[in-house]
Amino acid sequence: MRPNDRKYLKSHEWCKIENGIATIGITDYAVSHLSDLVFLDLPNKGASVTTGESFGEIESVKAVSSLYSPVSGEVVDANKELPDNLELLAQDPFGKAWMIKVKLTAESQDLLAAAAYDAHCQAEGG
Amino acid sequence: MQSTALASTHIALGARMVDFAGWSMPVQYRPILDEARTVRGKAGLFDLGHMGRVKVHGRQAEAFLQRLQTNDVAAIPPGRIRYAMILDDQGLTQDDILVYRNPRNDGFFVVINAGNTARDLGIMREVAKGFDVVVEDCTASLGMIAIQGPLSQQITQRICAGDLASLKYYGWMDTTVCGVPMTLSRTGYTGEDGFEVYVPDGKEKSVWDAFMAAGAADGLTAIGLGARDTLRHEAGMPLYGHEIDETTNPLEAGLDWAVKFNHDFVGKQALEKVLAAGGTGRKLVGLTSESKRCPRQGYPVQKDGAKVGHVCSGSISPTLDTNIATAYVRGDCSAPGTRLEFVVRDKAEPCVVVPTPFYKRAR
Repeated sequence: MRPNDRKYLKSHEWCKIENGIATIGITDYAVSHLSDLVFLDLPNKGASVTTGESFGEIESVKAVSSLYSPVSGEVVDANKELPDNLELLAQDPFGKAWMIKVKLTAESQDLLAAAAYDAHCQAEGG
Repeated sequence: MQSTALASTHIALGARMVDFAGWSMPVQYRPILDEARTVRGKAGLFDLGHMGRVKVHGRQAEAFLQRLQTNDVAAIPPGRIRYAMILDDQGLTQDDILVYRNPRNDGFFVVINAGNTARDLGIMREVAKGFDVVVEDCTASLGMIAIQGPLSQQITQRICAGDLASLKYYGWMDTTVCGVPMTLSRTGYTGEDGFEVYVPDGKEKSVWDAFMAAGAADGLTAIGLGARDTLRHEAGMPLYGHEIDETTNPLEAGLDWAVKFNHDFVGKQALEKVLAAGGTGRKLVGLTSESKRCPRQGYPVQKDGAKVGHVCSGSISPTLDTNIATAYVRGDCSAPGTRLEFVVRDKAEPCVVVPTPFYKRAR
């Protein structure tokens, strides 16, 4: 099972909420299905993000995918290392490959616990 | 969803399978860019069992094909192959195809796109009503495997009875591969030398395994549809649904070399009108971009902020180590060297018109 200290969206983002700050990233499932990552576009500090809306883009050799925000609020930090070290996404998707930290004002109603997200991934085909 | 006889082989090799035109097909076994480099440097093996395959024979087979498609079938010698298009009466492209004249001159073989197979067969049966011809769909009764890359000939010769050195590009022959009788053509969709074999149903797995065993020491590996798309794009070969579709004609797509006006094909009059009008006002061009972003299908293309076209295909080119794209642009923006922009998320990124193909192998 994936880490159960955080919650998941069906669109394969995770968020871990501590002291009113949500750390957001994408799951190992997303990384393995995107594969061949070449570009990551993250918002700058101070930008606002909204539940269910795109906060950035990730590009693989074959396609561009939007990243959907599990929370609303203001971006207080973005992982500056990540766009130049995309291999971190495969190596440590739930740790070093965090994307943004958001001072949250609201969280999505669609967040799943780890077990439910695991089941969703299995239903999608592995 | 349909699957080819090799589906379980792909899964055992670790392939990621995707739905492609209603077929479950391997998109990649390894990173796409690595697979593309393997084909440019060594050789790769492809399952193309999803492609449509049609035998055409009968007294008026040639006359039927002359009506059906754009190239001059009468000029194809036995054992040779030509690229062509099927158009509608507006001159718009319904599919791009390969037409093979049988080595013994007793009929033809046509290879069509998986996504268009049903529509093509419908068009063929409609056109066939005026001719003494038999149109036989062999998609289910023949497998199709391709080997592509500079080592293709030396690998294939180890298991093929026929003399491959004497087989010309876009030629084909009846031969045996690992003892199985089949036809083999020197064709492909990667810009490299290579062969495609049409395998009797039930023999796909043994032929696939024979290729793999023959090429193991040379680094032959299985290659998915993802790398195949990148390779064909680098080589300037159109893909139906991208560079060509039912909204484009072959003249603006730069495929006039596959259209011969010496016979009466469906769409001919419409194309003659386009020619008389001096074209459609747009042209398919190649673009390269050093931007961090890659141009993608559908992105707008502009010149000095004004829209002049759209992207058809875009990819990172592992061979050229830059971003490449094809785009339809206004005629006055189509000269190589023209500086344009493509738009990604409201941001204009610089690109430049270049001649295609982006990549041409040394011969």
